[in-house]
Amino acid sequence: MEGLIRFFGSKKGILCVGLFVGVFAALLQKWGNPPNMGICVACFERDIAGALGLHRASVVQYIRPEIIGFVLGALISALIFREFKPRVGSAPIVRFMLGFFAMVGALVFLGCPWRALLRLSGGDGNAILGLAGLAAGVALGVYFLKSGYNLGRNHKTYKFVGWIMPLIMVGLLILLIAAPKLPSGAVFFSEKGPGAMHAPLIISLIIGLTIGILAQRSRFCTMGAIRDVILIKDFHLMTGVFGLLIGAFVMNITLGQFHAGFVGQPVAHNDHIWNFGGMLLAGLSFALAGGCPGRQLFLSGEGDGDSALFVIGMIAGAAFAHNFAIASSPKGVDLWGPGAVIVGLIFCVVIGFSMREKI
Amino acid sequence: MKGEMKMAETVDARGLSCPQPVINAHKKMKETGSGTFEVLVDTATSRDNVTRMATREGWNAEVREEGEDILLVLKK
Repeated sequence: MEGLIRFFGSKKGILCVGLFVGVFAALLQKWGNPPNMGICVACFERDIAGALGLHRASVVQYIRPEIIGFVLGALISALIFREFKPRVGSAPIVRFMLGFFAMVGALVFLGCPWRALLRLSGGDGNAILGLAGLAAGVALGVYFLKSGYNLGRNHKTYKFVGWIMPLIMVGLLILLIAAPKLPSGAVFFSEKGPGAMHAPLIISLIIGLTIGILAQRSRFCTMGAIRDVILIKDFHLMTGVFGLLIGAFVMNITLGQFHAGFVGQPVAHNDHIWNFGGMLLAGLSFALAGGCPGRQLFLSGEGDGDSALFVIGMIAGAAFAHNFAIASSPKGVDLWGPGAVIVGLIFCVVIGFSMREKI
Repeated sequence: MKGEMKMAETVDARGLSCPQPVINAHKKMKETGSGTFEVLVDTATSRDNVTRMATREGWNAEVREEGEDILLVLKK
């Protein structure tokens, strides 16, 4: 056990976790998930919002087992390694709104940081703009952190509170397996489009669970990787990001899934300004909330109620983005997308300036 | 009491989310320069992050379990 803990805390350990995520993301695509979207936390949460009928974009509705696996895997790991610590109370409404706007930004770009890396490893040049935006957003977040930005302390809470998010995931799993059809049409499952593309449930769930366990142990975080390099010149988490990129790139080449270019890339558009702008907002939101969307899921499995609220904020943001012409499509950005990004950036900057301790 | 060893200063980073414990500990390191101080954290992630940063900056980090909290004694 001690040896395992040491391994996952090491650079080699986090590199292996990144490689695992990259390799299996490419394989999930091979086994049925959408192109360059073997795993995408933002897209998959958006699909869950659709399946529940929170938005009615018929091509992106499915209860993604990977998301369920991430939370439950992190829970299992936290219980085994005695790290399950229910805690709440650090600026919950702010975290909800940061999740909301993180999703708005991600859906204008069309992907979370994980998918940005997977898109790049599949040859999609537009991902470069997204990753540049992400880095710029995180850099802005670091500026706020350095000038005293702080969401305040959480506090320990009752054990059951930590179980709420995992139980929500169990509920989603039951809905996925039972697939009831109510008069309203729920549960909604896409018949075409990315929502209709998915690997077999059991494979997605097992890979999700495994990643949940590995990421909880190694603290894998794509936003933290960029932040730590800028803030304290620490490349530990970045090693995991390199692992993801290399693992996915090698697998994509091997599986014939690599297609270089900017035009006609799957589930992507080539509006450079808003690819950058969307991820600028997402990166800033993640930095202010202290974790990328994957990390927020893993933390919610460890009992962190504030991270759970960030996740729920993301799901609400996804519903809003599809109902209000904010989410982009392969045709390009939608009517309210740019405006929503600007509103989100203003919100984040106000939060960054107003929630500061004097230092 | 005169002659008694001075208590090391403690940075209380309990309840703070990532990367705040690292920022607070790093700030204290810069202020202190060398000597001994303690950082009190309440998650394994904060323990690992502060320890890794401290080691990289040339500080020795000793980890002590204090009930549900973790006390890191940093020396240079």
